[in-house]
Amino acid sequence: MEHIISVLVENKFGVLARVAGLFSARGYNIESLSVAPTLDPTTSMITIVTVGDDRIIEQIMKQLNKVVEVLKVVDLTETHFLDRETALIKVHTKPEHRDEAIRLADIFRAKIVDSSPNTYTIEITGDVDKVEAMINMLKPLGIKDLVRTGRIAISRETTRTASPRREPALLKN
Amino acid sequence: MKLTGAEIFCESLRREGVKTIFGLPGGVVLKIFDVLCQQKDLDLVLTRHEQGAAHMAEGYAKATGKAGVVLVTSGPGMTNIVTGLADAYMDSVPLVAFTGQVSTDLIGNDAFQEADNVGISRPCTKHNVLVKDVNDLAQTIKEAFYIATSGRPGPVLVDIPKDVSTAKAEFKYPDKVNLRGYNPTVGGNKNQIKQAAEEIMKAKKAMIYVGGGAIFSDAADEIRELAEITQIPVTMTLIMLCMHGGYWTNMAMHYSDLLIAVGARFDDRVTGKLSEFCPVARVIHIDIDPTSIKKTFHAHIPIVGDVKAVLRQLNVILRSLDGNPAQIKALRAPWIQQVEEWRKAHPLVYKQDEKIIKPQFVIEKLYQLTKHEAIVATDVGQHQMFAAQYFKGNRPRTWLTSGGLGTMGFGFPAAIGAQVAFPDRQVLCITSEGSFQMNLQELVVAAERKLPVKIVLLNNGVHGMVRQWQDLFYEGRYSASLLGKMPDFVKLADAYGIKGLRAVKPNEVEPVLKDGLKHKGPVLMDIHTDPYENCYPMIPAGGAQHEMMLEDPPGLKVAKKGGAHKRKGDEGEGVLPA
Repeated sequence: MEHIISVLVENKFGVLARVAGLFSARGYNIESLSVAPTLDPTTSMITIVTVGDDRIIEQIMKQLNKVVEVLKVVDLTETHFLDRETALIKVHTKPEHRDEAIRLADIFRAKIVDSSPNTYTIEITGDVDKVEAMINMLKPLGIKDLVRTGRIAISRETTRTASPRREPALLKN
Repeated sequence: MKLTGAEIFCESLRREGVKTIFGLPGGVVLKIFDVLCQQKDLDLVLTRHEQGAAHMAEGYAKATGKAGVVLVTSGPGMTNIVTGLADAYMDSVPLVAFTGQVSTDLIGNDAFQEADNVGISRPCTKHNVLVKDVNDLAQTIKEAFYIATSGRPGPVLVDIPKDVSTAKAEFKYPDKVNLRGYNPTVGGNKNQIKQAAEEIMKAKKAMIYVGGGAIFSDAADEIRELAEITQIPVTMTLIMLCMHGGYWTNMAMHYSDLLIAVGARFDDRVTGKLSEFCPVARVIHIDIDPTSIKKTFHAHIPIVGDVKAVLRQLNVILRSLDGNPAQIKALRAPWIQQVEEWRKAHPLVYKQDEKIIKPQFVIEKLYQLTKHEAIVATDVGQHQMFAAQYFKGNRPRTWLTSGGLGTMGFGFPAAIGAQVAFPDRQVLCITSEGSFQMNLQELVVAAERKLPVKIVLLNNGVHGMVRQWQDLFYEGRYSASLLGKMPDFVKLADAYGIKGLRAVKPNEVEPVLKDGLKHKGPVLMDIHTDPYENCYPMIPAGGAQHEMMLEDPPGLKVAKKGGAHKRKGDEGEGVLPA
């Protein structure tokens, strides 16, 4: 099963290598990874998407917690959460395809952020299903190039109407 | 007052109570060594290879419980300690390794003797740091010692660039660490402990399975107390229970209904085939490292915490639950009797021979002659298993062996490290010709410091464990296991200026051991043992725990070919005490 794991770490050199090395040393795969500083410039948030059974995920969580520079580990898939990804997609635009490209961007609430005589570059943000749907719709037009940020995610605040949910698994003391 | 990085280094070590450093100098650590030689209370043990320094520090740490300290130069100095770091990481040995690094302005330029020390050591250290600013040096050293010795102990590497050792900073040694991401759990969860106590009271066929974690947390007394209150038999890792563990312990584990794992990590050499390991047992697992729990084997009641602290809590609860000791005894009596029966049915045995020396016989004699008092360091292979089976030590911190990584070449430097820590105690190194030749350059350290390490070298002329497997599973094709030309170890000892003795016949063993043990300085005892002796009981790789081989399987033909095991002096008499 797919898991999205948020890892709050010290914003120091070598920490990302240590976290990534922990996955590679055990033969676990990282599907996507994103890193950026948080509100507190001394810490960074690493968001990792990985796949594994319960035993593997438990080991990953524990191993991450063991790293001295790791401050907090949360498996967001255990909670209600929001996740987003941004993609920049460069599509070929033959004259007869331009309207279709603009229409699709409109339907997906994406933006055309660059244009050239032969291409449009479309920026789309959304959950992974939406981004993939957009990519599939644009394929017939001919995708020249594509970059994705990898997913970032955050837990939802509790609302009164929400069903009872499990607290995020905060393993660090 | 401002001090240089090198002075801060020495002063910080002094504040940490360090007396002994194991190391070797080099270009980028010249400044540190220059300051070091002016310190009267910091003793540098100059090794002849950096790997020797790392294993000596391990031996020192395993015997004392304090962090072992290593100081080496950049590049090859650092890469040479990698085996020691990996070994210490596997066996949870507290080490602090200081490595030199090229100046900060040269890092990444492929400078002379540059290596990515932090990158190379990352997967085999508990933590590592490159110190880029001399102002951070004291704090980093403080934290390195704290991380190495607390929680589940392990090696920490501190990489010091040349310009950091010469730059100056105001010295103030911090009195506390500042690590918001590191806070090992000590006391266990009370509910879990209570639940564990209830399970223990109910179980009829319980076993206590003790690992190295019990030694690091000094929990020997607590374990003894637990066993006494509950009348549950105890077994230990790489002391009695493993691939070559006793028949009765493996059987008892297999048929137990409750396993109390204490500071152990269910190593594959312990469990054998996982799916058939302790098939009916409920499992209580106490360990300070959460990653050890449920890593390879399930745990019904996981308890994260320091073994000593948790056992104290547990024993208090057990005492309050346990109203009637006689009742407990009665409950557990049939089980204890069963284990005794297994022990009687298949005790450890070997066939004595009149012509050729059996390795088990040597260890047995050695054990009798040293009266359990000695610290024993072993290398890796058949001799290690024989030593584990026949040297029946029962005190913590007297058994120094490379359990997890299985590093040949560990034993002799580890023995030196222990002897440096305890100059007045008897330190034995039980080794073999294969392992010993991997780090014999350190003989000179024993000689120049007159360290009375007693090296008992079981010389069978083959990589015994490899040869045994080749006979059992590879139709006796001795691929690279016969060692061929062998040095004359007595002459080798002589070359280093230490005493050398040799036994080639069984009746020579006792005089050689007696004289060697009596001698004041270091001694190398070259004892020619049977090249074709196999080590039993044995759980073949992938086999289940109760399917031990107790002797050569019927029809096994030990190939005994090649004859390359012939050793210097085999034909004549030994070199006996005058």
